[in-house]
Amino acid sequence: MTISFKLSSFFSCLFLFACSEQPLNNPYPQSANNEQAVLYSSFSERPRHLDPAKSYSSNEYAFIGQIYEPPFQYHFLKRPYQLEPLTAKKMPEIHYYDDKGQRLTNNAAAKDIAYSDYIIQIKSTIRFQPHPALAKNQQGDYCYHQLSKPELAKIKTLQSFKKTGTRELIAADYVHQIKRLVHPQISSPIAELMKQTIVGLAEYAEQIKGQPRSALTDSEISGVKVLDKYRYSIRIKGKYPQFIFWLAMPFFAPMPWEADVFYSQQGLIDKNITLDWQPLGTGGYMLEANNPNLRMVMLKNPNYHADFYPMEGEQGDKEKGLLKDAGKQLPFIDKAVYRLEKESIPYWTKFLQGYYDASGIASDSFDQAIQFTGDGELSLTDNMQQKGIQLQTAVMSSISYMGFNMLDSVVGGKTEQARKLRLAIALAIDYEEYIAIFMNGRGVAAQGVIPPGIFGYQTDEQGINPYLYHWQNGAAKRKPLAEAQQLMQAAGYANGIDQQTGKALILYLDTAASGPDDRARLNWYRKQFTKLGIQLVIRATDYNRFQQKMRKGNAQIFMWGWNADYPDPENFFFLLYGPNAKTLFGGENAGNYQNIEFDYLFKQMSNMENNQSRQKIIKKMQEIIRHDSPWIFGLHPKSFSLYHQWYQNLKPNLMANNKLKYLRINAVQREQARQQWNQAVWWPVVVCVVIIALMVFPAVRSFQHKVKKTIL
Amino acid sequence: MFNYILRRLLYAFPLLFGVNVLTFMLFFVVNSPNDMARMHLGQKHVTEQAVDNWKQQRGYDLPLLINSNAEGLNQIKKTIFYQKSLRLFAFDFGISDSGRNIGEDIQQRMWPSLAIALPSLILGLVLNITVALMMVLFRQSYLELSSILLCIVIMSISSLFYIIGGQFLVGKLLMLVPISGYDTGLNAIKFLILPVLISVVAGVGSGARWYRSLFLEEIEQDYVRTARAKGLTETQVLFKHVLKNAMIPILTGVVVILPLLFMGSLITESFFSIPGLGSYTIDAINSQDFAIVRAMVFLGSVLYIIGLILTDISYTLVDPRVRLS
Repeated sequence: MTISFKLSSFFSCLFLFACSEQPLNNPYPQSANNEQAVLYSSFSERPRHLDPAKSYSSNEYAFIGQIYEPPFQYHFLKRPYQLEPLTAKKMPEIHYYDDKGQRLTNNAAAKDIAYSDYIIQIKSTIRFQPHPALAKNQQGDYCYHQLSKPELAKIKTLQSFKKTGTRELIAADYVHQIKRLVHPQISSPIAELMKQTIVGLAEYAEQIKGQPRSALTDSEISGVKVLDKYRYSIRIKGKYPQFIFWLAMPFFAPMPWEADVFYSQQGLIDKNITLDWQPLGTGGYMLEANNPNLRMVMLKNPNYHADFYPMEGEQGDKEKGLLKDAGKQLPFIDKAVYRLEKESIPYWTKFLQGYYDASGIASDSFDQAIQFTGDGELSLTDNMQQKGIQLQTAVMSSISYMGFNMLDSVVGGKTEQARKLRLAIALAIDYEEYIAIFMNGRGVAAQGVIPPGIFGYQTDEQGINPYLYHWQNGAAKRKPLAEAQQLMQAAGYANGIDQQTGKALILYLDTAASGPDDRARLNWYRKQFTKLGIQLVIRATDYNRFQQKMRKGNAQIFMWGWNADYPDPENFFFLLYGPNAKTLFGGENAGNYQNIEFDYLFKQMSNMENNQSRQKIIKKMQEIIRHDSPWIFGLHPKSFSLYHQWYQNLKPNLMANNKLKYLRINAVQREQARQQWNQAVWWPVVVCVVIIALMVFPAVRSFQHKVKKTIL
Repeated sequence: MFNYILRRLLYAFPLLFGVNVLTFMLFFVVNSPNDMARMHLGQKHVTEQAVDNWKQQRGYDLPLLINSNAEGLNQIKKTIFYQKSLRLFAFDFGISDSGRNIGEDIQQRMWPSLAIALPSLILGLVLNITVALMMVLFRQSYLELSSILLCIVIMSISSLFYIIGGQFLVGKLLMLVPISGYDTGLNAIKFLILPVLISVVAGVGSGARWYRSLFLEEIEQDYVRTARAKGLTETQVLFKHVLKNAMIPILTGVVVILPLLFMGSLITESFFSIPGLGSYTIDAINSQDFAIVRAMVFLGSVLYIIGLILTDISYTLVDPRVRLS
């Protein structure tokens, strides 16, 4: 083969590559059907678990929320958040019993209720996705439950199985999943919590210790019963109205016993074919490809049951076009492709090129996307608007706070001196400034424990923290620093000097934020304390050590946060409930705050329906916390999402995990935009080649001249 | 030679044992089994009982190195070190703490690492040698001076800049290739162009200068003068004599890194979202997955030892004066 032939072949290939119909920078295969309704998204960290008994993080719920179906779900459009049946036929019947087993009325006092029975009826004709674990032969036996070694040798992935099967969803599948929660091999994060909640679960856990997963069906939980093919009941201890929210989480999604038998085969485990990686559900989607190191692909479940887009939403939804698909069969998207994308810059660029349908906004690209208008409002930049990109914001159901260890001798305790010191610090730390500097305005300074969108949160003057803010011109305004200095004086620390010892007050902040990006933030905190003359010593450490300190009560001031499990104030106030004190009882009350009145109100509030009486109690509880100030409330983060015009039916829903089925993609519009935005630019390459040639040519000529030169 | 290789392989055992002990100790100085359990169980509603269950299920409830409650050999056998680390010698990497088969993961992830590292090495070698020969050929000309200057400039810039700059220029502005990502089979080619290009360009500064110094050392030798006196042209002298003799240090330098190509590059893989082994180790450290960390450190040590043995062998192949004994 001559050099000229090789060169011409190379350039021919290059020419063909350049002349391809697809843009050269298209990261998706040429074979991809560009008019199919495919959602393109990403994940930055591979999900650790896809087993609904184990998963407990948002990046895992993004997948399993679409695959597994608990009996209840959050309404996609209505606010405040409302639960509705998903696979259940109706909301559960709840029966209360006293300790003698006598049935009580629905309005019985919480103290009289010893047990609550939740009776759940599921819809008939719901079927599982096609899966080899459910495949049967002509004799009615399962094809792949006892694979031989030669059969296993042929299996590389789940797609290697030729046959798949399905069957109807029954109540026993839900009961089986509850049993799975306490199997020691599964290590469910809520196992201990549920053992304390569900009657008989702790005893069942003892029975199955040392047994394989396939033995889960051999014994029963005394408090969880299959009533008939489509009905089951769960008995819980006492009255716990928030239990219904747990029933809307994947922990309580159905699991066929066949899945545990199929996936228990060692030959499959050795090939990473496990239930933790290959889900089996009844949801709108099923996982077609699961390579958590590269990409995960979900396809529409061909067996998906009748499920329709909501007919009604909240006010304004119709005007926003969110009810255009009302009553239509779900899901709309045929396929969802999630690719591994570890860094934010490439992700952002691909979003702008149209290769991802939606994006968050990293700090690096904030100025590129968002601009502030003259009146301080946020809007999209012209470049974004030209591309038809739209912005959606939502205040998260979470809180970032700075806590005081109430066991500490300086900042803790119930003395007036310590309380005033805590309040002075809370007043000095200007979270509005923090949000502006470090979060590009993406947050709301917290006025109390409850974030917006959760029952009990108040937006008006009634909702402000009167110890730190006053109401001015229709908005909460932070009180001046002079008041904080007065509080310091009253606490015996005028200008940051301890009046008893005459020495400067030194406080210690423990944090797990020790990266280079955190330095500026920590310096900012130091400056806030300096305003009061307090010297703040930062004790940054890794998260393990930080947690250890918190468990042992060795921290003085700390920073932490909480993300709502469910939309109920109980899920936030329990972080300050005395019996949950971390150091004393190993609970989630990291500051070890104890207040008898607060604890009493908490117990009362926990068992109530959302009504005026509950609102009043919540107000009292907020007042106690604001007065005692065991936390500096910090902020509620605000999420900013950008999405392309072809991505439709988007509405922020911070509670629902199964949003994918409601979304719609206009693939034709997307394809046109991609073609328009991604025309390759070749001229700089040609210019570079010419420059190199111009540099080399004179040298070659001079070398040739030198070689040919003779002595004479 | 066989005896020499056998001896080197036997030496490797105590070395690998030491590496194993050291990795084990360093890991458990920073992370306790309790920390690992909490990391895997998440941050919410984690009780002491749940932590104990997790440890028991995965064998982390045993003492680290010596079990004083056991008797005889069980004092050693009933420990985390014995149960977890020693079977690595049989290349049984076991199951990760998150429940995946590590051997399968390594097999799957080494190919993307290799897909970047191998073309980068070959193309880089060819380019570096070409540029170095060109500098020597045109020595004491403007081309050599400007090439040295360019090499120093290239060397002085951080590799991170090349990656971000390359992605910005080629992927974003010129839109010639995808900015990041990976795919299987032939679809992978379009994703490899940019990382390989960046890797080659980023390495040309130091590579070309090193090879240039090797060639310049050779060009002053007596045999070169003899070759010129014979009437050979400058190009013949360079390609037939200088290049051949300078190949010894070049070859040995390349052979030693060959086995390590499997281990991947952390930064490149991370920025280009390439699912190789480089990011596998770092992800494992971040998630405190000791099973993966010990497997990757062990594998890295084995490959390094193989690299050194191959280097010794390559000496005998390229230089007949060297004998292994």
